[in-house]
Amino acid sequence: MSLFNDYLALLVESGPDILDGLIVTLKLLIGSCLVGFLLSVPLAIARLSEHRGISRLASSYSAIFRGTPLLVQIFIFYYGLSQFEAVRNSPAWLLLNDSFYCGLLVLALNLTAYMAEDIRAGIMAVPAGEKEAGLAYGLTKFQSYRYIIIPRALSIATPVLGNEVICQLKATALVSTITVLDMTGVVRRLSAASYTTDALIIAGVIYALITLLISLIVRVAEHRNTRYLRR
Amino acid sequence: MDILSSYLGQLLIGAAVTLQLAFTSLFFGLALGLLFAACKLSNHVYLRRPVEYFTNLLRGIPEFLIILICYFGLSNLINNHFDAAFEISPFAGGVFALSIVFAAYASEVFRGGFVAIPLGQIEAAKAFGLSRTQLFFYIQLPQAWRISLPSLGNMWQSLLKDTSLVSVVGLEDLLKKAGMAGQFSKQPFVFFMAVAVIYFLFLAISNPVFAYLEKQANRGYHQPRS
Repeated sequence: MSLFNDYLALLVESGPDILDGLIVTLKLLIGSCLVGFLLSVPLAIARLSEHRGISRLASSYSAIFRGTPLLVQIFIFYYGLSQFEAVRNSPAWLLLNDSFYCGLLVLALNLTAYMAEDIRAGIMAVPAGEKEAGLAYGLTKFQSYRYIIIPRALSIATPVLGNEVICQLKATALVSTITVLDMTGVVRRLSAASYTTDALIIAGVIYALITLLISLIVRVAEHRNTRYLRR
Repeated sequence: MDILSSYLGQLLIGAAVTLQLAFTSLFFGLALGLLFAACKLSNHVYLRRPVEYFTNLLRGIPEFLIILICYFGLSNLINNHFDAAFEISPFAGGVFALSIVFAAYASEVFRGGFVAIPLGQIEAAKAFGLSRTQLFFYIQLPQAWRISLPSLGNMWQSLLKDTSLVSVVGLEDLLKKAGMAGQFSKQPFVFFMAVAVIYFLFLAISNPVFAYLEKQANRGYHQPRS
């Protein structure tokens, strides 16, 4: 029971700090997911492009971001790019110099690569008859993507995209290495100050709860997406 | 490029540490994963449930946080109980954390592999009088391995990438060495890029290895032409 009281005392004492960190984590998660999603749909379409150059460019983007550790990518953008005078003088420096926005940028770029793969698989899983039907009705290529292929592909890819969001939640913990005070960053400070791991364990439980919540939301979304299949 | 060659030795030492960490974690992760899968398939509720909860919990927590908890927590745990000033090495902490994470994911994959084996084969093996050990090693394990291999390949890739996280708790792996070299030479971009290239190469090499393993495991089956 004393262990439980310890945790309770810690929660009461540093609850507001952890909550601030939690908000930063959620901001990173939602921001990177929005940006990543918006970028990944065009990237997925580019990967399936008939132009050799475009599809090759898109698939090398995916290969590079998926083939290297996220932490290395974060370090390259945050510590690496500052090496160059040109970058420091450019307007992009405003973004890269702020650890929060730099972390958000890298998380979004990284997620784009993963999500584009999933959406590409979704697009390829759309039955060919539906694509042809769209063309037969005289839809332009843009219209058939906008009204038929993308909505179908997204509903096919929903479970995988949901997993990607959960992975992204776990990935946000890495930005604490570039001094962002997200939940992991906050509890690392608390744990270092108190020489215990209690704060880290509390954060772990909170992360697990958010994961649970996301997976429930995904299940609801999946249920909604497939409502035409039910009787 | 010149600066890179003068630190090349250090980077290679770091890369060796990274590989060592990855393979050690893979070994313990596979062994633990099999053990967890066995627990999940057990008839005893008191064995099955806790393992299920434990692995689900682990899969919801960031790997980075697990590494931090294992590294700092294990030393504290040992010191509090045995009244010693013991400090776990970053390598041991990293192996522990990465193996339990790997095992949590692998147990689900292995469970799926074992469940997918047709019941008739197990009955046939029993009818032939195979002992339980023989049944496991000759019938169940090779097939579960075959079914799990593609997922294990993906998990190996994540494991290899996750080894970079252990540098944060002080292990002098590839990333840490590159960070130090970058600080000395004031050219962090070059070194972090080199790390990215090395990781990319490691992952590129492991692809054909897994393709070969899958081919080996599938040799009893008709290969559908794609």
